[in-house]
Amino acid sequence: MSAIPQTGSYLDSGYSLRSWLLTTDHKRIAWLFLLSLTLFFFLGGTAAALIRLELVTPTGDLVGQDTYNRLFSLHGIIMVWFFLVPSIPATLGNFLVPLMIGARDMAFPRLNLASWYLYIIGGLFTFATVISGGVDTGWTFYTPYSSMFSNTHVVLAIVGVFVVGFSSILTGLNIVVTVHRLRAPGMTWFRLPLFIWSTYATAVIMLLATPVLAMTLLLVALERLLGIGFFDPRLGGDPLLFQHLFWFYSHPAVYIMVLPGMGVVSELMAAFSKKAVFGYTYVAFSSIAIAFLGFLVWGHHMFTAGQSMYGSLAFGLLSFMVSVPSAIKVFNWTMTMRKGTLSFETPMLYALGFIGLFTIGGLTGLFLATMAIDVHVHDTYFVIAHFHYIMVGGMVTAYLGGLHYWWPKITGRLYSERWGQIAAVLMFFGFNLTFFPQFILGYLGMPRRYHSYPDEFQVLHVLSSAGAVVLAFAYLLPLCYLGWSLKYGRRAGSNPWGTTGLEWTTSSPPPKYNFEQIPRVDYGPYRYPIVSGTPPTETRHG
Amino acid sequence: MTAAQSFQPIDPPRPFALFPEATSTLAGQVDAVYFTMLGLCGLVILLVLALMTYFILRYRRGNLRADRTHRWPRWLRHRLEWVWITLPLLIFIAVFVWGGIVYIRIHSMPADALEIHAIGKQWMWKFQHPGGQREINELHVPVGRPIKLTLASQDVIHSFYVPAFRIKRDVVPGRYHQAWFEATAVGRYHLFCAEYCGTMHSQMRGQIVVLPPQEYADWLRRQELGSSLAAEGAALFRSYGCSGCHGANSSVRAPNLAGIYGRPQPLTGGGTVIVDDAYIRDSILLPQKQVVAGFEPIMPSFAGQIGEDDILKLIAFIKSLAAEQEIQP
Repeated sequence: MSAIPQTGSYLDSGYSLRSWLLTTDHKRIAWLFLLSLTLFFFLGGTAAALIRLELVTPTGDLVGQDTYNRLFSLHGIIMVWFFLVPSIPATLGNFLVPLMIGARDMAFPRLNLASWYLYIIGGLFTFATVISGGVDTGWTFYTPYSSMFSNTHVVLAIVGVFVVGFSSILTGLNIVVTVHRLRAPGMTWFRLPLFIWSTYATAVIMLLATPVLAMTLLLVALERLLGIGFFDPRLGGDPLLFQHLFWFYSHPAVYIMVLPGMGVVSELMAAFSKKAVFGYTYVAFSSIAIAFLGFLVWGHHMFTAGQSMYGSLAFGLLSFMVSVPSAIKVFNWTMTMRKGTLSFETPMLYALGFIGLFTIGGLTGLFLATMAIDVHVHDTYFVIAHFHYIMVGGMVTAYLGGLHYWWPKITGRLYSERWGQIAAVLMFFGFNLTFFPQFILGYLGMPRRYHSYPDEFQVLHVLSSAGAVVLAFAYLLPLCYLGWSLKYGRRAGSNPWGTTGLEWTTSSPPPKYNFEQIPRVDYGPYRYPIVSGTPPTETRHG
Repeated sequence: MTAAQSFQPIDPPRPFALFPEATSTLAGQVDAVYFTMLGLCGLVILLVLALMTYFILRYRRGNLRADRTHRWPRWLRHRLEWVWITLPLLIFIAVFVWGGIVYIRIHSMPADALEIHAIGKQWMWKFQHPGGQREINELHVPVGRPIKLTLASQDVIHSFYVPAFRIKRDVVPGRYHQAWFEATAVGRYHLFCAEYCGTMHSQMRGQIVVLPPQEYADWLRRQELGSSLAAEGAALFRSYGCSGCHGANSSVRAPNLAGIYGRPQPLTGGGTVIVDDAYIRDSILLPQKQVVAGFEPIMPSFAGQIGEDDILKLIAFIKSLAAEQEIQP
């Protein structure tokens, strides 16, 4: 490919609103996603804050029960489909996949933009749902409640999720094709950074699972609008059919939500240990294994639902299997630190936090796959705590870690390291205070989605709500100091952390077409010298 | 269903605790698996945290004395990978098997149990004792005797959950579910609906009152006694007009129901079905689904005209019919 003369960064390639809204530059589209995702994150977070506030007292007194049910439904729908699913793939993935593999853009730049517009259209339907009075089915839309009984705006909410699903599919398609077709000369599969492996695995799941969600939601809408019986037994349908279809998507979707975070953490562990990731091939293939096995475990959501006992036994065993690749990753990240040269800037704090919290989240998943235990804790706060350890303790932590690590590349500016560290530590403690008591609550028997509860659970609920206050405050901090750095942060060089990876070989922020000359790659990732005694020179000031 | 028709939740007073009481024969078994998992997982997390702490202290950038050369050879690294893949897997699979065995016990109904019908509806639990006693959001049972519940839902999915007994069973409309427990201690215990079921989901809670056998017998006697479930079913059998066709001397040719419960019935189009609660329920609501061989599919559906509690009474009646009994029109 011939050289493209570069004039200024991608940020300088146009300043008009039009230059942003009609851009096909993957880096600008990443920004569009970043801003809209942040908006939804704080909207979903507000719902969570109101839920935690309501639960400070055992009686339902802050909001009515219908409002409460709408709040947790909204929280789930927004956080799952408008934040967690697109979070890393659509922002960091969009920005970094071409840069990391030495490409000038994604394979389908216009589809990439279309993906963002679909996200926004889906988001508008969700806004419309909220404004017209909300939806009270929970994010799981269980039938026949959602299809025949709920008096809220179920179809509107479903349309929102249906549309945003296509945004997922397009982003997934784009990533798969880009990784296959646009790798720089010499960039073989085993020279790819692990972030690419996990994002690729995620994209495959997005492509294969999301259509099932679309079909399932369509059937719910048909039953609700036209009375065609799929799920309501009075119409000859089967409620469990919905659960099978829904979890056939939604369990793989859990891996859509966490795999990219694992990819980020692999990068961060190497970068701040100044050392290659331990067991590269094991970590790479564990992502593929998760993508495959993730499709075979959906029935573990239905151990008490009335599926056949032998079906449950098979799903339970497969669920133990799917924990293996996750365990491989945790052990390898830990061993990556051995004989490294560790430094503890903000992204590393997030990465270490991720390993601890994700490990707890993953191990409590084994409790849930142990069927006798699941009968007791299914649909209790134990499950809530478990998946928040994965989704928030894991994914949100990794997302913020990645955002901090690549922030100098994305913006060309350095943020305040001091404030970054304060926020990361605060988040870790706030998170544990919020969600650890929920494990205890769950084993005590506190059911989820309860607006009021028996008095003896109050102490633990108050602790959890206190943690939520800390957590909310900690989430607001990056908004302030990262925003501040956009204008006042010191300029970052092209490689402020002194780390490897093609993205650090181009300027910060990168030029419009990423690389003046497409790089030729004849080495693997994470080529750090083995140091003996002397520390590497300070690469970052302050 | 409006709010006025529903009942206030009943919360038995419980002290603050960090661990739930365990008062069924199954509870101790579940807890044993739980504590084993807690121990194993605690060990794993401690190992990871200890390694991390050690590496952080030893290989922090400031520690110049740490030896960073002499890395492990390739074969050792591969061997290590396979050790931490297989070793934890084998240990945890053992726990899975154990948990599976307890799960099978939770699902295996005892033969000599006291049978009680439970119906979940937005937003209350209704119970029917075999003697005809009825309760709402409260269930009185004797201690030390296995109780078998047949669960049905009138509307959406509910879930019958008693934390102190470690049992939970979703109640999916359109089918019957069974659950069992044997309480080991007298007392009052939480009953929760664990599957989100709409506006007053969190109000759909009550209590299980476990009594000594003598007090339970007294309680049964004190209840305003309707007739037994089977007797009420007999009355319904006439009022719904079932006896018009299924009764003796009927001009319409319909299967005789006497003594069929628990027996196989040949079906039109081949195959047989064992007559159980679910089959009778289906036959009332979806009579065309499985027609007994040799009969015309002429029975009308009663879907939408008959509630789950009445169906259970009809089943109790059909169950009570001995083979030689004639059904009086």
